[in-house]
Amino acid sequence: MEKRLRVDPVACAGHGACAELLPELITLDEWGYPIVADQPVPHGLQREARRAVAGCPALALALARVA
Amino acid sequence: MTDSLTLQHLPMAAGNPPSGLPGLGLPRLLPGSGTVPVDLRAHLAEHGPLRPAGGRNGLLHEVAAAGLTGRGGAAFPVARKLAAAAQARPAPVVAGNGAEGEPASSKDRSLLWISPHLVLDGLQLAAVAAGSRSAVLYVPRSERLHGRLAGAIAERAAAGMDAASVELVTAPDRFLAGEESALVSRLAGGPALPAYRPVRGLPRLAPGRTALVQNVETLAHLALIARYGATWFREAGTEAEPGTMLTTPHLADGRISVTEVPLGASVAGLLGLDGIQGPAEAGTAGPWVPSAFGPVQAVLVGGYHGAWLPAAAAAALPLANAALRPLGAAVGAGVLAALPADRCGLAETARVARYLALESAGQCGPCFNGLPRIAAAVAHLAGPRPDPRARADLERWAGLVAGRGACHHPDGSVRFIRSALRVFAAEAGLHEQGRCSGTDPRPFLPVPTGSPATEEDWT
Repeated sequence: MEKRLRVDPVACAGHGACAELLPELITLDEWGYPIVADQPVPHGLQREARRAVAGCPALALALARVA
Repeated sequence: MTDSLTLQHLPMAAGNPPSGLPGLGLPRLLPGSGTVPVDLRAHLAEHGPLRPAGGRNGLLHEVAAAGLTGRGGAAFPVARKLAAAAQARPAPVVAGNGAEGEPASSKDRSLLWISPHLVLDGLQLAAVAAGSRSAVLYVPRSERLHGRLAGAIAERAAAGMDAASVELVTAPDRFLAGEESALVSRLAGGPALPAYRPVRGLPRLAPGRTALVQNVETLAHLALIARYGATWFREAGTEAEPGTMLTTPHLADGRISVTEVPLGASVAGLLGLDGIQGPAEAGTAGPWVPSAFGPVQAVLVGGYHGAWLPAAAAAALPLANAALRPLGAAVGAGVLAALPADRCGLAETARVARYLALESAGQCGPCFNGLPRIAAAVAHLAGPRPDPRARADLERWAGLVAGRGACHHPDGSVRFIRSALRVFAAEAGLHEQGRCSGTDPRPFLPVPTGSPATEEDWT
């Protein structure tokens, strides 16, 4: 069971907090919207990933279990 | 509804059932001639009453054996959706989707106008499969069409033939109004805006309440499969893509028609293409193919989320996803447009790209920001001596919007625009030299005038 970051593109307002909290996996496009690395969240980054999820002001970021 | 349309029926021996097999020849969904609506009496005289043998399970089995796929564009297997609906508790709300937001498509409107009882039969069958007692028919805003459908629903109620009640719901006049999650949002009383759906399966109308959404043409096929069976259904079409489908061919002389053809029918036959490639003449952007309605340079397959193909390539293809998908195209909802040789393909693409950008629901950042920039870049490339940086910007933006929306609007728009850059590459080369092969400036592909832009326009 791996975990992946998912962005709800409707809820996302481009605050950019996720990219500050988790630059290893999230960058921003030229309009300020997150581009999430297409890979499972590595074990060493799970705490940071949870922080990024909790830190999204729009509640648009989720950590989803993928079978 | 169909005043400006021609209903065409091509002779197709492959579509007629062999002698001894009960059922209908072609066309199946629309009457063989004329555009007079089929009333309940004529409908029952032609097809007889709807008595699905074997109940719900028999119906599910027959649909699975028929291999019917959704005719709204996505070609999803209908049996799988019906089976999911049969399992859902409580029973899903059943909806017939006739929104047809695609400006180049007229087939759903024509079907609803001419053969409403096939659609309403299919809606009842979907309700049987879902175990639901209520259904919705989602149709474009048109008083004439609403009046006609309300009349057809009343005819059936008077005859006491329907178990599920049917309510008409108006679809706003927007490109994305028929997107499944937008329809569901509308049924839930909200605006017809696409929604983010991270979970697969039937869309959710409200907590705990799902919806079964099927395109109206799909429902009409369902009505015939329930009567004539899977073996009959498979008499037309290919092994992998059985049955017939309604298409909206745009001929090179500007005429638009609605035509029912078996899956796998020749694209050349639908558009009157000769199949013999004409010469690349001096001053023209590329080779063209003669057709019965004038020379054709390219064919748009699958509508504004579809793809352009060079006319010579399109002329050799069957209308089937098995052949189209490797070329980046798909059957979609059956839009086929033969772009005449005297139009500028880039100018046509730029007009549609602008329309698609305006039709973004504006909910997702990449689509809201990217599509207008992409459309402006296409318009720039369609002008004389474009700045070479526009092409690089366009490619970058296309990469940034694809796959990053709640719905497939950015993906489909980018597919359409990227195909134009491939197919009209020679034209782009002319534009770089300050030339253009287009000699007829009149718009060819239909785009609604005056796009609405207020909140109310989504309801």
